[in-house]
Formats: sequence, structure tokens, C-alpha cells
Amino acid sequence: MTTVETRLTEFADNNEKPVGYGRMLRKEDPRLIRGQGNFVDDVQLPGMLHLAILRSPVAHARIKSIDTTAAAALEGVVAIVTGADLAEKGLAWMPTLSNDVQAVLATDKVRFQGQEVAFAIAKSRYIARDAIELINVDYEILSPVVDVRKALDPDAALIRDDLKDKTDNHCFDWETGDAAATQVVFDNADVVVTQEIIYPRVHPAPMETCGAVALFDAVEGQLTLWSTTQAPHAHRTVYALVSGLPEHKIRVIAPDIGGGFGNKVPIYPGYVCAIVAALVTGKPVKWMEDRSENLMSTGFARDYIMNGEIAATKDGKILAVRTHVLADHGAFNGTAAPIKYPAGFFGVFTGSYDLEAAYCSMTAVYTNKAPGGVAYACSFRITEAVYLIERMVDCLAYDLKMDPAELRLKNFIKPEQFPYTTKTGWVYDSGEYERGMRLAMELAGYDELRKEQEERRARGELMGIGISFFTEAVGAGPRKDMDILGLGMADGCELRIHPTGKAVLRLSVKSQGQGHETTFAQIVAEEIGIPPSDIQVLEGDTDNTPFGLGTYGSRSTPVSGAAAALVARKVRDKAQIIASGMLEVSVADLEWEKGSFHVKGDPTKSVTIQEIAFKSYGAGDLPEGIEGGLEAQICYNPSNLTYPFGAYICVVDIDPGTAVVKVRRFIAVDDCGTRINEMIIEGQVHGGLTDGVGMALMEMIAFDEDGNCLGASLMDYLIPTALEVPDWETGHTVTPSPHHPIGAKGIGESATVGSPPAIVNAVVDALKPFGIRHADMPLTPSRVWETMQGRHVPSI
Amino acid sequence: MQVPAPFQYARATTVDHAIELLNEGGEGARIVAGGHSLLPMMKLRLANFDTLIDINGLHDELGYVREEGDEIRIGAMTRHRELLESDLLAAAFPIFRDAEHVIADPVVRNRGTLGGSLCQADPSEDLSAVCTTLDASCVIRGRDGERVVSMEDFHRGPYETAVGEAEMLVEIRLPIRPGGSSAYFKVERRAGDWAVASSGAAVWMSNGVISDARVGLAAVGPNTTGIPAISEALRGRAPSEELFAQAGALAAQACSPAVDMRGTVEYKRHLADELTRRALRKSVERINEQGA
Repeated sequence: MTTVETRLTEFADNNEKPVGYGRMLRKEDPRLIRGQGNFVDDVQLPGMLHLAILRSPVAHARIKSIDTTAAAALEGVVAIVTGADLAEKGLAWMPTLSNDVQAVLATDKVRFQGQEVAFAIAKSRYIARDAIELINVDYEILSPVVDVRKALDPDAALIRDDLKDKTDNHCFDWETGDAAATQVVFDNADVVVTQEIIYPRVHPAPMETCGAVALFDAVEGQLTLWSTTQAPHAHRTVYALVSGLPEHKIRVIAPDIGGGFGNKVPIYPGYVCAIVAALVTGKPVKWMEDRSENLMSTGFARDYIMNGEIAATKDGKILAVRTHVLADHGAFNGTAAPIKYPAGFFGVFTGSYDLEAAYCSMTAVYTNKAPGGVAYACSFRITEAVYLIERMVDCLAYDLKMDPAELRLKNFIKPEQFPYTTKTGWVYDSGEYERGMRLAMELAGYDELRKEQEERRARGELMGIGISFFTEAVGAGPRKDMDILGLGMADGCELRIHPTGKAVLRLSVKSQGQGHETTFAQIVAEEIGIPPSDIQVLEGDTDNTPFGLGTYGSRSTPVSGAAAALVARKVRDKAQIIASGMLEVSVADLEWEKGSFHVKGDPTKSVTIQEIAFKSYGAGDLPEGIEGGLEAQICYNPSNLTYPFGAYICVVDIDPGTAVVKVRRFIAVDDCGTRINEMIIEGQVHGGLTDGVGMALMEMIAFDEDGNCLGASLMDYLIPTALEVPDWETGHTVTPSPHHPIGAKGIGESATVGSPPAIVNAVVDALKPFGIRHADMPLTPSRVWETMQGRHVPSI
Repeated sequence: MQVPAPFQYARATTVDHAIELLNEGGEGARIVAGGHSLLPMMKLRLANFDTLIDINGLHDELGYVREEGDEIRIGAMTRHRELLESDLLAAAFPIFRDAEHVIADPVVRNRGTLGGSLCQADPSEDLSAVCTTLDASCVIRGRDGERVVSMEDFHRGPYETAVGEAEMLVEIRLPIRPGGSSAYFKVERRAGDWAVASSGAAVWMSNGVISDARVGLAAVGPNTTGIPAISEALRGRAPSEELFAQAGALAAQACSPAVDMRGTVEYKRHLADELTRRALRKSVERINEQGA
């Protein structure tokens, strides 16, 4: 195992900051770890009012009447706004990111517990909160649709009677792959394994909840919105479309963001309420949701019931995979995914294996639960896809009595097969899967672990070893295929070098803690040789940054990272021409060495990038045709997604008496292509692995039969702590992306995608003596014990 | 940020002052000590009070662990962290340190108090089970003086205690008896979560035979009183795995858990059994170590 001593030597040393890629401390951390960040809730404006939202206490009910008299009379209350008030302005409904509509405030019915019903604007947060207690809503309770399996029953209550001609709770159908070809392969296979696999509803639960401060300047007709958003530019466009305010008069500012994980991609009713409140009162208005509101009402993730089937030869050649998925989308389809991908990128469920055929069909339904189907560090549903295939491969290994590592090694796509087109049409860019798998096995001491397991089993101890191998598809995406609400998923980037050689890089993405201020400075530093500390990275303010679709789906490095490298090269090309004038040689006679140009064959005749910058703004003529200044702007449209991958091995011990699972070791070998800052990569991996422990062992947003949310506080919705996770053991391989300018693939979500199946596979492996082939997450002690008694029940 | 409904706040300077404030405040007044159960309930607006009487200023008066005669006396304002760190307590009743190791997290332990835990009377709360196991008595003070009640009488049911409207719990007394030791085991879904189930045991032995034993459970039903049937079954018997199994079975029978997100009824009964065995086994091991 990695010792503390060796880890210390790997710590970043900022006395030796790299001019380019390498381990360095994060530029943003001195601010963030000292409590000097500037988050939405830190925004204080003169005369600012506060907004609190009244939410539905029930899952499904018709609103008969709303009495706001007492609330409006409370001292300090400025206004009470209901759905009827919004309807008068045509703002009671808004579009979701998936071409559905969602109520801003309920007018006719409430459709999930926690739905927005009315809001109070008051002089303080306390008064606003007191005021909503005084709003009296008369509800006619309707039968709720809670069990997703019964949502399409003929007698199920109709949730979306707001949609014209809607008669059932069907949301959409979707399919991918070749059903007929897959059927033929299954018909002729030696072995077919089927298994129902559930990925329960979980919540991104960022440390900072969602919120906004809206300021409307009536004189200028200018709206400024500070908000917790991962996609400020996309939000601005949507606000323009919804509100009718001209887009150039809307400024969205995402200041420091305290975690997103996909939670801050959608536009929530609260943001719109804050805008309306600012317009109504003429005062700045702040809305910050509390923890329960965040957990109950904002975008959840997963909630897929997957019927998996895998076909193979009897000696373990995997031939085909097939699945039918029942997807719970809640009361409104708020999925944040490219519009042509209603199931996100679930189509990569064929995993890392060379198959003959594959097919997936999906039925998505409405239920009386919070809307969404959003991210949570899932790369648009790849978490579900990887969980399905990696669980199915383990089920196959169980039935074939094969070692799960051996089975995977036998079926990997080979390096020479890349670029590899899967049976569902995805073109994997590059991969060396066996190399990563072998490294993980070596770091884990796989053969010794299996021996130890055998010895422990003989003593009645329960030890499990779980493997997961994942391929991600990130960096959405090529604009020919991918858009959100008609906005292509390309990203702009602008680089300015000031006369003294200091630089400002403006990005369209938005960090929620990933370390953009450091990573992007390093990308530019690598290209033009200016130290990262001399490069200011700006993002999150739509008035000061170029357009782009934001940060989610691990897309920042694959898309904006490419843009940053290319814009730096564009600046360098111009610098080379200016240098040729300064050194009085032709452009072709210059050689670039990080940070300076010199004359070929004579390194003493050189100019630094800083000298060139000064010259570009300075006195004297520039070479013919060259404008003054040293800056450039581009927009990067990726030609393909990038496909990071990794091999994860988890070792667990289960207490046979209490069924408590202890994650003893976790070995994570990641390949994200070119590595920019090892420390940041490891941090992303550590966070994702911890997320994985949460999902595998404890996290679930559950509902009772009345549709009450049972996970509405962090006492009920558990998030893992340092005590539940082992000392992470990380390793890596580097297989650059061939089409990405610097070969980087993205790392943000790899560990969240890859770790849950490794942990579940380890738990199931530990339970092998009980004849267990599958158990559903979350594997709480009770669920594991029930499984040991042969009484496992699905978690949904 | 979750915000509570409006309330008045008063800070007590002495126990008598606190009782005076309670008397003035009447039904709507409530004492706040560490606040780690009360304040979340108020912020979630599950509980609203007219007046909070802050007794954190009484830590000097009520924060202590001391031996007096054949008792250990603990002031009601003694914080979890002090209970955890008390060597005196750990030597006499190792169950306390066992339990404090698994109660919440350091932030809670720095503020939460023994008196607050007992008065909150949450059926999942650990220290009630510990005090039940140790046959503690509780000193309650009112305007008319003090009265002492047993844990059985102190606990009236979930979130209900014998402490009256203008009274406060000031001290917990634990009888020291020779030849004894104790232990506590808890299963939780995650560090800091409430128990799925937990079991405490205290055993006293003489001449290789159990002279007395007590078991207290938490989180497996509304009742946090002891289980006399276990004490009866163990008295006069030499410790053995069979005996512990018998006690475990009695614990499983005696409890009345409910199904929730933490587990099924069957699992919680199983834990009552399994953890009772572990607690008894550990207690006897500790007695044997003392003897050796």
C-alpha cells in the first residue's frame, strides 16, 4: 500500500511551480480554504430583500384555494406571490432542458412533495420563512403515483393533465442498437444470463445549496442575476427566451460555486421566482434554498430499473448485451442532456467489450416525485450504463464459474481496434484496456488477494474482491449531434496577453470546485511559456466571457481545455510573426522553446514571450499585416467525444454477525489521456470514489407509499465520511485522445462512474458462500443481512 | 440555511436562576444545553418554543465527573467529549468510552451533554441505554428541592421524561460495585448516524460466577428500560457462549423495533441478539483482564 512517506514526496511544491503541466497547488485554494471565497449567499446588496418558497407538503393534490391574507399582513413582508399571480404574467410555467414544461409555481395541482406553491418576499430571511407558514392552502388530496412499476397501470392517477390530450403517465420511449441482430445472437448463444439491476434515485447534494440574487435596474432595463449555475451562458439564453427580456440586457454571474455534480445545470423555479420578485419590488432579492429544499426538490439522479441480459459462449466470449430500462423521471422531465439523447449517453452500456450485437429499449414514465433525471457526476447516464454492464459481466462470471478479471481480459476491445465503433454507434477514440487492467491487478496484488480470500472463507470470514472496468464518453459534444435547447455544445475561449506579459484567459465553462483557475492556466502555460501564476482565469460572468455551454459531463477539459490550448497556439503564431520582426529573420527561421523564440542554430538570438507582448503594444512598426496587441479568441467544436477509461479493484470485509461492510482497500487505475495536474486529477478521483462508496453503501432518495420524501435531511440522506473510505490507492496509464489538441480526455466523473460496480461486485463476491449472485444498492447492513438470509428485495 | 420560528432567549447564570426562568416561562419554555438535537428540530420547525433557556453558562457548576463514596456522579452539563476523555469513568465503566466513541462526531461531542441526551429521550439515543445498563439514578431539581429517580422512572416514553415543567436534571449517579465491567456495541449505517441498533451490558462476577448483569438496548423500540429477564437468566451462572446466546435471544424477544430506512424488524432483532452477546462477552473479558 501507498505509505504516508511516499505520498508526502508526491505533494505539490509551489516553490517549483511548473511552467505547464505538472503537480502544483491550486491557485484558488488560498481563497477557498480561508473562507474568503465569494459565493451567491455572500452577495449583499443595498436594500436587498429575501425570498422564501412555500412548498407542497403532499405528493399529489389539487389546489382548491390559497389564502395569503395573514402572510401578507405580517410585519416586514413586502409581497406574497402565488401561481395565479405568475399566470397573469405568463410565467407560471417554464421549459425544462428536455422540451417538457415545469411549473414555476403550481396553479392547478401539486405533483410532488416539495413542489413550489407560493413565495414570500420580506425584509429578512427569517420573516420570509415565517410568512410562508401563514399561507393557507386548501388541498384536495389525489392518489399519488409512487411505484414506478405501476405508473402505466390503467388505474394509475394521471399526473400530467396539464399536457394536451395526455391520458397516461408515459414520458417517452427510446431505443438503441439492433433488436433483430441481437435476438439472433441470443438465440444461438451457449449461455444467457438475465438479472434485474436497480440504480436507485440518489441526489448530488452539493455542500452549497441552490440560490440566486436578482437585481433589476429599471433605468437601464438591465437584469443581473448571481446564481448557482454550472452553465451561466445557457441560463442567460433561457431567461431571455422565457422572460422576454432582451439577452444583451441580462447578465448572469456564477461566483464561487460550492459543488455542483450536475445539481446546478437545470434552471429551477427558485431562480425564476427571484427574478420575478426583483421585477415586482424593484429591489434586489435573494433566494437561498435550505438543505431540505435542495434534497427534496432539485435534480436527482439515476432511478433506473434495468433488466439486463448477457449472451456468451460457454468458454466466456461475450457475444451480446440487451436491456430494457424502466426510467422514473418524476413529475416533469427535467433531464439535463443533449436534446437528441433523452437517455443521456446510456447507449455506451456495451462497456469496454468487443460485442457482436447490442440492444436497449427504454420506457420513461412520470411519477409524483421531484423532477429531473439530471447528472450527479454521471456523464449523462454513463454511471447507470457502466453499472449495468459491469454487474452483468460479474453475473456471467458467477454462472460460468470464471474469475471476473479473466473474463474481462478475454473480452476487452484490443488496442489495434481503435477507433472502435460500438454496436450502438459510439466511436471510442483510443484505449489500452488490458494495460490498465493488468496494472490495477498488479497494484492490488490480485492473485494474493484471491488466495487470502480462500483462506478466510475456510475460516468462515466474508471477504470480497470486486472489479469494475469502465469506459466513459465525455466532452459533449460535436455540434452536429449535440445541443441543449438548440444551443450547440461548442465552447468559446479568449486569451489576452497584456504588455508586461501577464495574461487573462476567459472561459465559457464554470468551475464548481474542480480547479479550473489552475488547470486552465497550466494548459496555456504549457503552450506559451507564461507561468501559471501570471495567468488569470476568468469564468462564470456572461458579460466578461465568451459563449459556451458550461461545466458538466466532464466536458471542461475535453472542450474548453482544447479551446484554451488552441487559442494559446493562435496567440503563439502571432507572437512568432512579431518575433520574426524583432529578430529580423523570417518566421520559418524561428524555433520555439517554451517561453521564447530563437533563431535556428543561434540560441543567443532570442526574444521571450513577455518581450514579444510588450512589443505588440509598444512603439515602432510591427511586421506587415499584423495588428497591434497580443490576443485571440476561438470557438472549439469537438469532432468527437473523448473516452477515458479505468480499472478499479475493491476489497471489502463483511462482519458475518452484523453484516456491516467495510471497504478495506480500493485500487483505482485511471486513464484520462494527457495529465495536466496530477494533484487535481487525484483529488477528482478521490472525490468520485468517495461518492461511489456513498451510492453503493448508503445513499438513496426513498419515498413512502404516500410519496413523502424520506431523504429530506442529511440525517436521513447519508453521505459518506472519511471514516467510511479507505486510503485510496491510485495509479494511471496514459493513452492520449487522438483528436484532442493536447490529448486530454477529462477526469471529473470517471471515479463516480467506475466505483459503484466495483464496490457492489466486491460485496456480492463476499457473499458467494451464500449463493448470492446479485444484490441491489444501497448495501446497508440491513440489506446485506437480509440478502444473507435469502430474503433480498429490490430497493425500488 | 434553515431558520427556526421566533423565540425568546434567556441565559441562566445558576441552576436556581434556570429553574426560576423555567417557572416564568411555563409550558413554552425549554432548556437548551448542547443544542444538537433541539436546534435541528427547531430549524426544521418540528418543534417550536416560546423561550429557550440557555444553560451553557452552568458548565462550571454542572460539568464534572467525580467519585463520591460508592458512586460516580456526573453533572448534567458534562459534555460528551469530557465523558469520552474521563479516565475515572473509563476505569469504572468502560461502557461510557465505548459509547462515546460511536456517538455522532467530534463537533457534536464538543457541545452535546449527558443531561441533554437523557432529557431529549430519543429512543435511539445511546447514553440512555448506557445509563439504564448501569442502573443510574437521576437527580432532578425544582423550586422545592431535589428528588432522585431511577432510569426506569426517569424515562416515561419516547421524548418524555420525569422532569417536570419547572424542573431540571442536574446530576446522574452511577453505583460502583466490585467485580464488574461493561461494554457497548452499536451498528450504524455510517459514522455519526443514529444507531440501527445498539446494546450495552454490565456484568458483575464473583468466584467465576455472574453475580449480576444488566443489558440496555437502544433504537429497537420505544422502551429504553432494562431487561430483567436477562438479568435473571444470567445471575448465578458461569459465563459461556451458550449463556450469552440465551441472553441474546431474550434481548431479541424483549425489543419491539420498527422498520425504517435503517433496517427491517428482523434485522434489528438479530442485532439486539448479536450485539447483546458481544457486549456480554466483552464485559466478561474485561473482568477477566482486571483479575489477571
